[in-house]
Amino acid sequence: MSDMDAIQKGADAYDAGVKKSLAKFAERKERFVTGSKSPVERLYTPLNNAGQDYVRDIGFPGDYPYTRGVQNTMYRGRLWTMRQYAGFSTAEESNKRYKFLLEQGTTGLSVAFDLPTQIGYDSDHALSQGEVGKVGVAIDSLADMEILFNGIPLDKVSTSMTINAPASVLLAMYIAVAEKQGVKPDQLNGTIQNDILKEYVARGTYIFPPEPSMRLITDIFAYCSKEVPNWNTISISGYHIREAGATAAQEVAFTIADGVAYVDAAIKAGLDVDDFAPRLSFFFNAHNDLFEEVAKFRAARRVWAKIMKERFGAKSPKSWMLRFHTQTGGSTLTAQQPDNNIVRVAIQTLAAVLGGTQSLHTNSKDEALALPTEDSVRIALRTQQIVAYESGAAETVDPLAGSYYVESLTDRIQKEAEAYIARIDDMGGAVKAIERGYVQQEIQDAAYAYQMDIESGERVVVGMNKFQIKEAPPSGLLKVDPKVGEDQANKLRDLKAKRDNARVASSLEAVKLAATGGDNLMPPILDAVRAYATLGEICDVLRGVFGEYQQKVIL
Amino acid sequence: MERKIRVLVAKPGLDGHDRGAKVIARALRDAGMEVVYTGLRQTPEQIVAAALQEDVDVIAMSILSGAHNHLFPRVMDILRERNVQDILVIGGGVIPDDDIPALKAAGIAGVFTPGTPTSATIDFIKNNLKRSV
Repeated sequence: MSDMDAIQKGADAYDAGVKKSLAKFAERKERFVTGSKSPVERLYTPLNNAGQDYVRDIGFPGDYPYTRGVQNTMYRGRLWTMRQYAGFSTAEESNKRYKFLLEQGTTGLSVAFDLPTQIGYDSDHALSQGEVGKVGVAIDSLADMEILFNGIPLDKVSTSMTINAPASVLLAMYIAVAEKQGVKPDQLNGTIQNDILKEYVARGTYIFPPEPSMRLITDIFAYCSKEVPNWNTISISGYHIREAGATAAQEVAFTIADGVAYVDAAIKAGLDVDDFAPRLSFFFNAHNDLFEEVAKFRAARRVWAKIMKERFGAKSPKSWMLRFHTQTGGSTLTAQQPDNNIVRVAIQTLAAVLGGTQSLHTNSKDEALALPTEDSVRIALRTQQIVAYESGAAETVDPLAGSYYVESLTDRIQKEAEAYIARIDDMGGAVKAIERGYVQQEIQDAAYAYQMDIESGERVVVGMNKFQIKEAPPSGLLKVDPKVGEDQANKLRDLKAKRDNARVASSLEAVKLAATGGDNLMPPILDAVRAYATLGEICDVLRGVFGEYQQKVIL
Repeated sequence: MERKIRVLVAKPGLDGHDRGAKVIARALRDAGMEVVYTGLRQTPEQIVAAALQEDVDVIAMSILSGAHNHLFPRVMDILRERNVQDILVIGGGVIPDDDIPALKAAGIAGVFTPGTPTSATIDFIKNNLKRSV
């Protein structure tokens, strides 16, 4: 009798036993589902993974298809980068927070910009009123950026910047600050998010229409491959897609479909896939269903590797590897009994680590209420450190591999994601699918179903729809001084009086010329930034040439 | 026959987080209301103009960026300037408890924070309309 026959025999006996038990005691629920509402069976055995081939589908860490991780020693070699997303108020305030985080043991910086900065408006613009310094730091010109990184050696830290539509401008500012520190562009390490497609579907900080936006992105790919070779030129983001309500499989599918669109665009722009693909990076969410999330990360690596090798014919293994940052799930945090969020974040941290993340931001317990305080950020960072140093999860590579359940989930998420990607291909790719509203509609449907499950009590959220208590309003929340807007406007006025305005005007003219023609936009933007042209001035020039995106409103 | 309650769901300011706004819009629609959603990045002026043009009974605004203290009262000011008194205005989002009394004083009738079931918002609207339907 073969192994499988023996297992089948055992499984049949088990099922018979279960039937007897069920006759006496029903299970807790009629249907068991994952966090993303996929059915979960009572028991997983080798029978669930009968079609799997270890070498082909799972393989070894550091080897195609990278199911088990992108490095061969993973966290035994080096722990993931502990990178806390931070930024608020002015450059001065945020600089203080960065120095605090570095003292506490973070190993990389992650800059949060305020909404006017993300949408290319200066702080004194009418639409910036009330928003300056709120969800991140206000940056209007190189002068602010110099303050932001004052005393932080840019050849020693790696910096991630959550900036999309005006990514070229902020990257140029970073390069210019480094120059002033005597640091060359090829010594810089970091990431710009630079992922416009998910802004159209889930995050909302777009400026320009898709076509010129894709050109800005491929200009960055081309420029950095020569000048800033260690920079991650994009962070293709599923995080916000998931936060907007997508399921785990949709998160993988829509993110990778966006990735395919960027690779297509870059190849069309004349770049060689192996010149830019090694610098593509990804950004995923970590929610509460530990096993499903681990499987999601493993499946994402496998799907991407296959696409890069088979579809795009990339030759370099570095082009096949899906490297990713993770942030724990903001939308899973509750305003009720906020201390419970520490536990949620701990589970999500474990999911990211067991899933092989390259860097991690852990959310703070108070983020359903306000920006985090220093105390709550410290707990969030300590959570990563406890997982890293005490849990044992970092001592061996991909410890959940071979779990019948996790391998089965990994296969299922891969299949679901590939089916979505095929559907999006049929529509003509991610840009077309977004223009049609398909991706948005899928995400919204999942978000609505999620909310209805909470309201019916089918989905339990501890402290929110079950185990509630009467609680006093939270105290000690962080508040951003409403005067920040005024202060930034004053700084801008001084800057404009002091700088060489003729040089600013000619540098902006050069940006316009490149935007109208086909030359790479990075060099003239860098010149404009060095002349202290403001973010708003540069983006206004680009708005004039490219126009602005009109949102497709879908309900 | 009773006419349907008309609601403008609006996203003031630069905030792009519209999951909550869209879920609420759909829940209100499922509760039998007529819902118009503005989309992102609306100025207070645009919101009031849309509310008047669509002749709504309710304006429901959502902000997660922290700009509520500026933008919610602006909408109320413009409504007052236009002498509009019969539209119920409510707001939701990541809004600290400390900010709520001032928003209510400015005329925001209900403020709904994370974790509020959509049914609570629906009931509030039905019980607090300023016009008869």
